Amino acid sequence: MSIEEIEREIVGEFSVYDDWMDKYAYLIEIGNGMPAMDEQYKTDDNLIKGCQSRVWFYPEMRGDLLYFMADSDAIITKGIAALLVRVFSGQKPEEIANADLGFIDEIGLTQHLSPTRSNGLVSMIRQIKMYAIAFSAK
Amino acid sequence: MVDVEKIRADFPILEEKVYGKLLVYLDNGATAQRPLPVVDRMTEYYLKYNSNVHRGVHYLSNKCTDANEEARREVQHFIHAASEKEVIFTRGTTEAINLVAYAFGEAFVGEGDEILVTEMEHHANIVPWQMLCERKKAVLKVVPFDDKGELQLDIYEKLLTERVKLVGVAYVSNVLGTVNPVREMIARAHAVGAKVLVDAAQAIAHLPVDVQELDCDFLAFSGHKVYGPTGVGVLYGKEKLLEQMPPWQGGGEMIREVRFEKTTYNELPFKFEAGTPDFIGIVGLGEALKYIGKIGVAEAGRYEEELLHYAQEQMRQIPRLRIFGEARQKASVISFQIDGIHHFDLGTLLDQMGIAVRTGQLCAEPVMQHYGMTGMVRASLAMYNTKAEIDKLCEGLRKVEKMLNV
Repeated sequence: MSIEEIEREIVGEFSVYDDWMDKYAYLIEIGNGMPAMDEQYKTDDNLIKGCQSRVWFYPEMRGDLLYFMADSDAIITKGIAALLVRVFSGQKPEEIANADLGFIDEIGLTQHLSPTRSNGLVSMIRQIKMYAIAFSAK
Repeated sequence: MVDVEKIRADFPILEEKVYGKLLVYLDNGATAQRPLPVVDRMTEYYLKYNSNVHRGVHYLSNKCTDANEEARREVQHFIHAASEKEVIFTRGTTEAINLVAYAFGEAFVGEGDEILVTEMEHHANIVPWQMLCERKKAVLKVVPFDDKGELQLDIYEKLLTERVKLVGVAYVSNVLGTVNPVREMIARAHAVGAKVLVDAAQAIAHLPVDVQELDCDFLAFSGHKVYGPTGVGVLYGKEKLLEQMPPWQGGGEMIREVRFEKTTYNELPFKFEAGTPDFIGIVGLGEALKYIGKIGVAEAGRYEEELLHYAQEQMRQIPRLRIFGEARQKASVISFQIDGIHHFDLGTLLDQMGIAVRTGQLCAEPVMQHYGMTGMVRASLAMYNTKAEIDKLCEGLRKVEKMLNV
């Protein structure tokens, strides 16, 4: 699936819930469902700066596709990270670098998970895009 | 007795809804809300009298100057300073401490001298001293606290030598809520010739402050933590000391005569007030002190203490919840953590329920390190909070536990 198709899918899943507590419960479920990251990847190099919780992203090229692993010590942050992994993992670096991420607005994530420095949404996206740019240059 | 409902009526923000839920504001340690009389007074000055202070010959300027100086006297009375010359307006506690770190440092601190702070200080009462020590090759030493959150006074006693020039101590810890025995600490410091700066940011709205009774050399607080506006604060300093300190910032207002050969400085307190002050903020601060003065800080403090006990009792019913700070003398600050729940998750989910708390390192990383924590959640109470709001907090905490399955 393309980045946009996955985004559509996520928007669809969240649209089921009216109440924000339910949306959070779902986000938590997504976070809990993400496979645990191997401890060896939880290094300072992979740590995203600028979050109140610790969150790690580890990029890996397989063929011409870029894959991500992620983890966080806070479960909501982990849920956000899991959404980003789902959208970006297994895509071409060029496409990741150019993605506009409209789904964040559509789920309402920007209103309720405002991209402040505390939840690190902005920092995570910035880091993912930087990885993508770095790998597409190679 | 504090009439909470009557007080609440003065704070329209407490009627606001967030995400469709009635706001429960428990982040008063970060900033308290402003009551209508403060906002009204400031609005009145913006709309009718705005004009620069201490300069003009015209009506408006005089009006603002008078109000600015009346607010100074209000502060003087509120903290029982001997003279209004001892009240310097700053941008806040942080700026007040930086002023002392610079100007006192220039006058009195040299190589090998020592500055003492405590392990429970806010960063604002650590970093300016570190910068001073770097500048002067002085040494910063730290008075530790025990796990209950009380200062280890025996170690303080040992660290107090004649090399110590200044002690910086919080009246009330912004994380642990500990009310430190500053009066005794000041007396001991004076016995070795050290001066003392009291960071009263977390104390000013919750317990009566009397600088003469404390005999502190400096005391700092912010307007916005005592129901006044942001951007204004106060440095109290003993006149004799302030006289001996050089100015910090240069500019208008702080001068007597400017010549390219030599400029002479204005008298106290203006010597330390370079540039146009936030005079309307200052007027607002004066009004805020009048407001809480009418209620009575001691009265407010007694009510908050009752709330604190109720809150701690209720929160202790939650088995995995741990409260940090169990000092015998404690103000209405409750920092806590629930085992297995990240402070960020807890704060985010409480926010969704309309409950505002602070999370993270609380501008006191050494306190976090003391307990081996990456962060905490803090509920800080004010005189307008209620037991019903505490109940909502506890209900919220239980909901979060359920959602996160711990």
